Amino acid sequence: MTRRRLVTALLVLAVLALVALPLAFRGDAGYAGTDGQASAAIEESGYTPWFESVFAPSSKEVESGLFALQAAVGGGVLGYVLGRLRGRRRAAPPERQPTDET
Amino acid sequence: MHIAEGFLPAPHAIGWTVAAAPFVVHGARAVVREVREHPESTLLLGAAGAFTFVLSAIKLPSVTGSSSHPTGTGAGAVLFRPPVMALLGTVVLLFQALLLAHGGLTTLGANAFAFAVVGPWAGYGAYRLARALGAGLLPGVFVALALADLATYVTTSLQLALAFPDAASGFAGAAVKFLGVFALTQVPLAVAEGLLGVLLFRVLTVSARPDLERLGLLAPAPAEERG
Repeated sequence: MTRRRLVTALLVLAVLALVALPLAFRGDAGYAGTDGQASAAIEESGYTPWFESVFAPSSKEVESGLFALQAAVGGGVLGYVLGRLRGRRRAAPPERQPTDET
Repeated sequence: MHIAEGFLPAPHAIGWTVAAAPFVVHGARAVVREVREHPESTLLLGAAGAFTFVLSAIKLPSVTGSSSHPTGTGAGAVLFRPPVMALLGTVVLLFQALLLAHGGLTTLGANAFAFAVVGPWAGYGAYRLARALGAGLLPGVFVALALADLATYVTTSLQLALAFPDAASGFAGAAVKFLGVFALTQVPLAVAEGLLGVLLFRVLTVSARPDLERLGLLAPAPAEERG
């Protein structure tokens, strides 16, 4: 059980490090989105997009809010499902109880 | 990997839509069949969709000084095979095209082909190969998620190179240019996504063991334990 927790902690730390280290060591980089960079490169070659988005968030704040909403909905559903699965497992008959030594 | 609205010439936009459509229709039928035949799969299907929904919303900084988002399509591909993700991935893209002005309706086909078709199949292929070579479930999940992520961005780069070949160096030159924008940035994010997938499946192997056994991801427990 303790070994299992250690592995979990190390995995979480590794994910955080992969994201945080670039920020720590290259804080001055712009971190522009790659999608935007690709669009800029295409427009540089003289191409003009021929269709506009049907709906576009009216400001950066509204846009990041909607992105946060997307992540929140996804995170909420994921948490609900994992909770349900765990509850179902706990309520199962004893011979089907989880074995935690994996 | 979102090609912005209007950024593909019409013949390309139509071509990719035609290419992606049969996969999405087949995927929708696969989802309906899975839910009808195995109602107990609904929870895990929700988990697979939600995982993509979260990960594709979060833009992360990378060592190249750019930021990009993971895809999360490999998890569902490993659990339910890739066709299911063709539908779930396209739903995510449609949401982002309509509400976030991220991607677009004219580029939905091309984006779906990269995100919801090539990514899941590449991830699933890597998973099957890893398992065939004797790897366990978790290493298999790691390569599946990392490769699904990376393959999506490589596909986007090639789609753009096809539409906008370089004046001097043609398709190859443009491919190098767009891969330079997308692929390198994506490598650390793909690794991070692989690790997140391992975290998810570590939870699932305990909480959803019967489901993983039924889906063929884990060998069934010995008969005497079943009672």
